[in-house]
Amino acid sequence: MTNWRDLPGFVDEKEALGETTVTIETAEIRAACERAKEEGFTFLADIVATDYLGWGGKGVSGYIGTASGRDLNHPSTQGYQALPQLKPKRFSVSYHLLAMQRPPVRVRLQCWVDEGEHVPSVISVWPTADWHEREQFDLMGISFDGHPNLVRLLMPDDWDGHPLRKDYPLGGEPVRFSGAE
Amino acid sequence: MTLAPERPARSMRDWPVVFPPPYEGSRIPKRVPTILDVPPELLATGDIMQINFGPNHPSTHGVLRLIIDLDGEQVVGLNAVIGYLHTGFEKTMEYKTWWKCVTYPERIDYVGYQNAELAFVLAVEKLLQIETPEKAIWMRTLLCELNRIHSHLIFLGTSALELGAISMFWYCFREREQILDLYEMVTGARMHTRYFQIGGLAEDIPQGFFPECRKFVEWMPHALDDYLALLDRNAIWLERTKGIGLLSGEDAIALGQTGPNARASGVDWDLRRDQPYLAYDQVDFRVPVYGGGDVYDRYRVRMDEMAESTRIVDQCLRRLERMEGQPWIADDRKVVLPPREELHTSMESLIHHFKIVTEGFRVPEGEVYSAIESPRGESGCYLVSDGGPKPWRVHFRAPSFVALEATPTCMHESLVADMIAIVGSLDAVMGDTDR
Repeated sequence: MTNWRDLPGFVDEKEALGETTVTIETAEIRAACERAKEEGFTFLADIVATDYLGWGGKGVSGYIGTASGRDLNHPSTQGYQALPQLKPKRFSVSYHLLAMQRPPVRVRLQCWVDEGEHVPSVISVWPTADWHEREQFDLMGISFDGHPNLVRLLMPDDWDGHPLRKDYPLGGEPVRFSGAE
Repeated sequence: MTLAPERPARSMRDWPVVFPPPYEGSRIPKRVPTILDVPPELLATGDIMQINFGPNHPSTHGVLRLIIDLDGEQVVGLNAVIGYLHTGFEKTMEYKTWWKCVTYPERIDYVGYQNAELAFVLAVEKLLQIETPEKAIWMRTLLCELNRIHSHLIFLGTSALELGAISMFWYCFREREQILDLYEMVTGARMHTRYFQIGGLAEDIPQGFFPECRKFVEWMPHALDDYLALLDRNAIWLERTKGIGLLSGEDAIALGQTGPNARASGVDWDLRRDQPYLAYDQVDFRVPVYGGGDVYDRYRVRMDEMAESTRIVDQCLRRLERMEGQPWIADDRKVVLPPREELHTSMESLIHHFKIVTEGFRVPEGEVYSAIESPRGESGCYLVSDGGPKPWRVHFRAPSFVALEATPTCMHESLVADMIAIVGSLDAVMGDTDR
């Protein structure tokens, strides 16, 4: 194999800031990871999910404040100078792979999911994916199919919601007696 | 674009593991890689005692909770429970402007604070495509190496303390104190310095730093001799560490281990040498690699690294001493705060200062993953920017988080007393683990 296009489920590749991002169909991500591992990417550095809810859309250009994004009481909410490029789905799941050679090669395999969609687990390819996937499940609510122990990792077991989602407010934790008459 | 260009002649499966493995095959637990299950035949005996070790115990280095199953003194089951120090740094940073975020990473890995800060700052600089002056690059290298020594000293002091060598703790903290004094001199703070600005350093290197740092560089090899004299022929220390907590190179890579933990398992991998950042391609240093994969080799790797770091600090000092009067931060007024004295005379500087402090500077849209070699291994920072003044997503690839994943694999046929040595030798910082 000499080409990213040979990876199973290849969708797209792009170079930016010296990094390669290869988009893979969600259902094929495990097969793509297996193939990449055979090609020398023996090391999984990280799995990270990102929530793009409100990315570049109208009404959420500010992070806090009013619908138009402008709030005089909160600096930094002046809205965008340019709208960022829209994303295909709500969540991205990125796999940072490393080929341990000189010079090292890094690549980011990325797949996209919407709320409620599942991602195949890569724990059978790299055992280190165990806690990475559990963390993303816990904080971002991404479900990984085939993970033998997909339970919360950092938050308490009985926690509601997934804190790193954009619709989960900062300070979203209920505080006892606050607002009590 | 090829998948893995310039592959070395040797098979990728053999490299970078350079030593024969301490055991054959894989010891990673089969069902869940991070949980050591009690064998059913042992469970049937009814003699298994489950013990809650932590989250508050002096030897858990913070708040790590281990649920261990004991058969007599033998550890037969283990499950690590983390999250007791989860503070939501990644969420908080999404609500802060980029330059206010710089204070957070060092509180994540609070022992390797300077390296954690560097990982974030380098990632932002990659997004901004901003050039850092040479003086800042060398000073960053120097401080990161001082910080590496500091981190390894804490490892050495506390690990030895747990195994009964209490005096080591005082010796290690003697030199740690000198490093913290140097930090205080340069940055005004002993830890959590916020000295690295996006674009360079927050302040120029103060007068009198070089002679003080030179004194430390000259003293440190003697201190290392002290440590070796105390530990390296200490029969109890050797007995408690040799052949304990075995991890093979193959398993280390499969479990994502990096840094001293991987290098003690024969994995010849160091980002400072293999993917150089800062000035590491211009300094001379060796990467210690040992093949035993046990607690003792993890200790030896860190001891050797301290000696090498001292050499790097020395080389940085020689370069920095000739850089008097050079700029220490990039001259990019859209990102870097203007010099304080200009605020009294220049309207433009005042405006820039006001805009950066209130609104924050904007970082171009994009995503980056930047990795450095922290004292604990690959410390990565993943950033997504939407072009606004605040990060859209911040994520840290925490080496301690990954190190703890190897605990059940290392715990093969070990006693409960060995467990203390093994958990200590993996050198996890709970702030880094839980973020």
